[in-house]
Amino acid sequence: MNMITIWFIMKRELNGYFATPVAYVFIIIFLLLTGFSTFYLGNFFERGEADLYPFFSIHPWLYVLLIPAISMRLWSEERKNGSIELLMTLPVSVQEAVLGKFLAAWAFTGLALLLNFPLWITVNYLGSPDNGVIFAGFLGSLLMAGGFLAIGSCISATTKNQVISFVLSLIVSLVFVLSGYGIVLDFFSSWAPATLINAVSSFSFLTHFDAISKGVIDMRDMFYFASVIIIWLFANAIVINARKAD
Amino acid sequence: MTLRIEIDDLAKYFGEIKAVDGVSFSVKKGEVLGFLGPNGAGKSTTMKMITGFLAPTRGTVRVCGHDVLTDPISVKASLGYLPEGAPAYADMTPDSFLRFIADIRGLSGADKKQAVDSAAERARIKHVMFQPIETLSKGYKRRVGLAQSILHNPPVLILDEPTDGLDPNQKHEVRTLINEMAHDKAIIISTHILEEVNALCTRNVVIANGKVRFDGTPHELESMSRYHNAVCLNIANVADTDVVPFLHSLDFVSGVEPLTSNRGFRVYPTQGKHITAELSQVIRDHGWQVDSLYAENGRLDEVFRSITLNSTQGEV
Repeated sequence: MNMITIWFIMKRELNGYFATPVAYVFIIIFLLLTGFSTFYLGNFFERGEADLYPFFSIHPWLYVLLIPAISMRLWSEERKNGSIELLMTLPVSVQEAVLGKFLAAWAFTGLALLLNFPLWITVNYLGSPDNGVIFAGFLGSLLMAGGFLAIGSCISATTKNQVISFVLSLIVSLVFVLSGYGIVLDFFSSWAPATLINAVSSFSFLTHFDAISKGVIDMRDMFYFASVIIIWLFANAIVINARKAD
Repeated sequence: MTLRIEIDDLAKYFGEIKAVDGVSFSVKKGEVLGFLGPNGAGKSTTMKMITGFLAPTRGTVRVCGHDVLTDPISVKASLGYLPEGAPAYADMTPDSFLRFIADIRGLSGADKKQAVDSAAERARIKHVMFQPIETLSKGYKRRVGLAQSILHNPPVLILDEPTDGLDPNQKHEVRTLINEMAHDKAIIISTHILEEVNALCTRNVVIANGKVRFDGTPHELESMSRYHNAVCLNIANVADTDVVPFLHSLDFVSGVEPLTSNRGFRVYPTQGKHITAELSQVIRDHGWQVDSLYAENGRLDEVFRSITLNSTQGEV
């Protein structure tokens, strides 16, 4: 794999986000939703604690809704307007193209995440939080976003239609979150064996993100998100190879 | 004599449909191969396989000695490709688009700038370099696609319908551009515009239903026409009833028919021979005065129809 090629593909893709209003609309909505959920749903002030837990705990749910909006165009658009034929007949391997596009979307999400820095300033101004925990939260959130993006990227490779890509990604992402959500697990725990429930919940983004967002950087959680990204991107490359010309 | 493109027994099946079914041909440096065939004959599918976009069901493609299955990156690096419809990234400008292509093609610094400049110059898109591609007309989009394909001065060019949808002036410009580049490249052009056979190509391959039906020069293609070397003749002040029996009596004439558009006759030679000189001589010897007399080259549309339609009937 040629790193320079990956870099050029990533750069082009990233510039593409800012060529249209999509990037700005996404960032503004993302910031509004994080702000709203932190202060109103998360009772940031009433809790009286100097941390960003309310902010991070809403991220899985925000990502389920917003990440498919970024990932839906990654491959669907290329397939729709035929530019995939151009891209895949340049001296570029499928893996390089998949990785370049994924990294562009991930960097963009990382930028949106970083723009939440006023919250970090606020919490530091109001109290003295454990900035290590906050850093872990950002790292975990970024990794989780990568997981969602990899799912969305793979799904967008299966269709020319961005709406289908969005809806399917949203559903699959929701499954990955809900499989660790208390209410859903309670429903299963009444009849399913505990090992099965543990197995299912261990596949959930929630389970792994929760620990990181509380400041516990466990290698197993990191490994989990890295595996999710690699497996979905691997599937993405297989899908492109098989269906690029359809 | 170096073969730049070698295609052997290439086939692509989509389920039951045999889009391409055992196509073989090769292209040398300096050749412009016109790839003809009706819509759906398998032209684009063949080109997609040569450029490594589609994997063949069977057969091999070698470009500049590299096998497309085992070394696709080297194949892609040595060819320039204009896909059908000239797709590009609509939200980019030609400038940023061409610079992206140059980056991917491994050009940098002064080489990159020079390559982008020269490609834009040759494709005549210099004055639209900073407008988004989606706002350009069809002709300019096609030229941006052309600029993209020639940017790295590749030894092999594959152009899928490069003049489709262009106006006559734009067609002429694109043909001029291709002719300018022809001498040191191997070029394949697909088209269903028959006038391009003579305007552009040094060789033609006609395919229909996924099979090669003809492989030869434009002249050989024309000479398959029943009009090839037929003579259009008009004799002044002589009644048709006198002329027809006289023409039929000549041993080098196989048939005579009246012209539909104006006065005169079309005279068919026996065995497609060149009979202009002989014919004009015997008419003068007979004491008649020739008003007009010219030989036809042959009609490509008629040859095209007979080649491609016969094969269809053969298949069914």
